[in-house]
Amino acid sequence: MHALHHLEPILQLILAIPFVFLIVIYKAAVMMSNRRYSRWPWYRTACWTIGNLFCLLAVAGPLAEAAHQDFRIHMIGHLLLGMAGPLLMVLSKPVSLLLRSIPIRNARRITAVLRKKFFHALMNPLLPALLNIGGLWVLYKTDLFVLMHHSMWLYAIIHAHIFLAGYFFTASIIYIDKTPYGYSFVYRAIILILALAGHQILAKSLYAYPPDGVPITQAEAGSMIMYYGGDAVDLVIIIIFCYQWYKAAKPRKHHQTNTLEAK
Amino acid sequence: MPDSNQANVSKRNLWSGILFGLGLVAFIDETVFHQLLNWHHFYDQSTTKIGLVSDGIFHAFSWIATVGGLFMVADLRRRAAWWPKRWIGGALLGIGLFNLYDGLIQHKVMKLHQIRYGVDLLPYDLVWNISAAIIALIGIAIILNTNKSIKS
Repeated sequence: MHALHHLEPILQLILAIPFVFLIVIYKAAVMMSNRRYSRWPWYRTACWTIGNLFCLLAVAGPLAEAAHQDFRIHMIGHLLLGMAGPLLMVLSKPVSLLLRSIPIRNARRITAVLRKKFFHALMNPLLPALLNIGGLWVLYKTDLFVLMHHSMWLYAIIHAHIFLAGYFFTASIIYIDKTPYGYSFVYRAIILILALAGHQILAKSLYAYPPDGVPITQAEAGSMIMYYGGDAVDLVIIIIFCYQWYKAAKPRKHHQTNTLEAK
Repeated sequence: MPDSNQANVSKRNLWSGILFGLGLVAFIDETVFHQLLNWHHFYDQSTTKIGLVSDGIFHAFSWIATVGGLFMVADLRRRAAWWPKRWIGGALLGIGLFNLYDGLIQHKVMKLHQIRYGVDLLPYDLVWNISAAIIALIGIAIILNTNKSIKS
């Protein structure tokens, strides 16, 4: 087995094309949607574009190549591809945009597909949390991390998994897009705490027990990037999550009745 | 005297305070003792595995507790039902309890890290834990005091 000493250009291309494609499709969908409905907010397009660029940075170009050799850069790429990129993409409401930009009959078909059991399972935050955090534990705590640097296909599959798990996890915690099945705030808060805890325990344990082949100084710095970077992105998710609770908990009636009785 | 709005949601006032206190003190611990003073270490060679688990869970929980506790205050104020005295009692209880857990269980039993390195630890441990206990007791006294005014 030969280690991939550099990232094959073809591999970078395979992983980069979907994100380039997504940027173009979104822009086209905005133009279609604007013909029939009110203008699609520019900041959602900005979120989508930046989110995809974050992912592109992580899979192709100089950062991705450096990440191959350096665990610290690898962790920065991981934060971009698995957390910051997916969060920005969730915030840009892609499913709502898609449904607005196509004929109603097709939109109904897509809604029917989204109601299938498969997507229902993915919207229960437990499953994406397990895929996301469990996947990271498997990656860093087994030989997979070493194997990934030897096999193009493993590398591609793992990076696709990190992105998809990050996207569905974020989408199952904060409801920005059309969400046919809603779970309670308490349930989502518990999963969010457990997922963040699992992420931080793993981060600190990489400091304590570096993965095979990673120099100790890189493992320590990478661990701290994972820990504090994860905190930063999750803080944004937490603030949005709590704000959504605040809006949902709005009192329906005025609560200033019977003040005199209780005294 | 609480008005009826405050008394109706006295539990939410208390919990919001406790959550915010827990979150605030965890945040202070991280910024002051880890980042500014550099007394606490990210990892200590003697850290037990259960220490890593406890650190992760408390860290995650306190992050959500800080933000969630403040949004609960916003909600209470929107209902004209925020009860600052009871809330502060809860916050002090949260601060004291977290520091006791951190100082006794995490530092001593799980050996996550010590308060400071290269010094005689005993006075540091005593100041840390006794002050935590006093803060918690003041919090409890305030809460009991507000309990009375709900009943009367």
